[in-house]
Amino acid sequence: MLTRLHEQKNLQLLLGLLIGIVFGFLLQKGGVTDYNVIIGQLLLTDFTVAKIMLAASITGMLGVHLLRSRGLAQLHPKPGSLGTSVIGGLIFGVGFAVLGYYPGTVAGAVGQGALDALFGGVVGILIGSGIFAALYPRLQRSILRVGDFGELTLPQALKVKNAWVVVIPVAFALIAMLWLLELLGL
Amino acid sequence: MNWLSMVRWSPYMVGIGIGILSWFAFLLSDKPIGCSTAYARTSGMLERLVRGDRVLKKAYYQKFAPVVDWEWMLVVGVVIGAFISAQLSGAFHVLWVPSTWAASFGTGPVLRWLVALIGGVLMGLGARWAGGCTSGHGISGTLQLAVSSWLAAICFFIGGIAAAMLIFHIIG
Repeated sequence: MLTRLHEQKNLQLLLGLLIGIVFGFLLQKGGVTDYNVIIGQLLLTDFTVAKIMLAASITGMLGVHLLRSRGLAQLHPKPGSLGTSVIGGLIFGVGFAVLGYYPGTVAGAVGQGALDALFGGVVGILIGSGIFAALYPRLQRSILRVGDFGELTLPQALKVKNAWVVVIPVAFALIAMLWLLELLGL
Repeated sequence: MNWLSMVRWSPYMVGIGIGILSWFAFLLSDKPIGCSTAYARTSGMLERLVRGDRVLKKAYYQKFAPVVDWEWMLVVGVVIGAFISAQLSGAFHVLWVPSTWAASFGTGPVLRWLVALIGGVLMGLGARWAGGCTSGHGISGTLQLAVSSWLAAICFFIGGIAAAMLIFHIIG
């Protein structure tokens, strides 16, 4: 791993900015900084969001696991539990539909001039994050712990040592989903 | 350089581009691409401006210090990158009310603003509750095959589809 590069703090901040610029550029070109495209996905009339996410996940999955096999990268799976992923995920989902952007694309929407994203979305997300920080000690002791499984990955859950045994079939399954979307003309 | 000024790229090209970008994030920065933690840190920074250093004692900000970090810079980059892209294609325009919203609920900016604010609050709360968003869980987490992320990403869409159907097919 490029440990020496990872330790250079200011250079890393610059890299974060550069990666963000490319990310924002791609999100805007993909159309997902547009409220209509996000809502179209949730109403199941426009599958742009799913196509971008699936293509990104497949490409990323193959490359990152290859880097990992070569000793050039390590994984950082987020810890989770039923209480965090399911309940948090559903709250997020409702916010997704009500706002019509998500934390990445709301920043991109601001960049293309959407004022509802700036004064509604960004301000709201900041307030929501603050509310969570205030509730955190109480939630931490209760609901966030329900069904805790920690930093688990699918290969670990399936007790497979070689991650590729899971990566390849999952990649094929996701490609099949994309193929199905095209087949259905979505 | 005609393609830089195109309004839209194929979703597959964009997705593959984001996937490749994530290789560089892991290789060069040892980080998965994510966005929502940056909002939590900013919220902490703003709270610190008002309430002072005791904010730093909050358990959540012990875990996620309210400071500018790699991911925070990434979110700033997203605004800049989207602005450049929109400028190149002429898509940049100041907008208060998106057309899909206007078709069901009218062009009044106050209602749209209020609803966007409520949506933002739910999203901020949900993203921190789930420990990530559509980028951190939906793309970076699924590509790492993290169980938490697959579960969260599925729930994002279950909640999102149900709420969108309710808003546009029942209320609107």
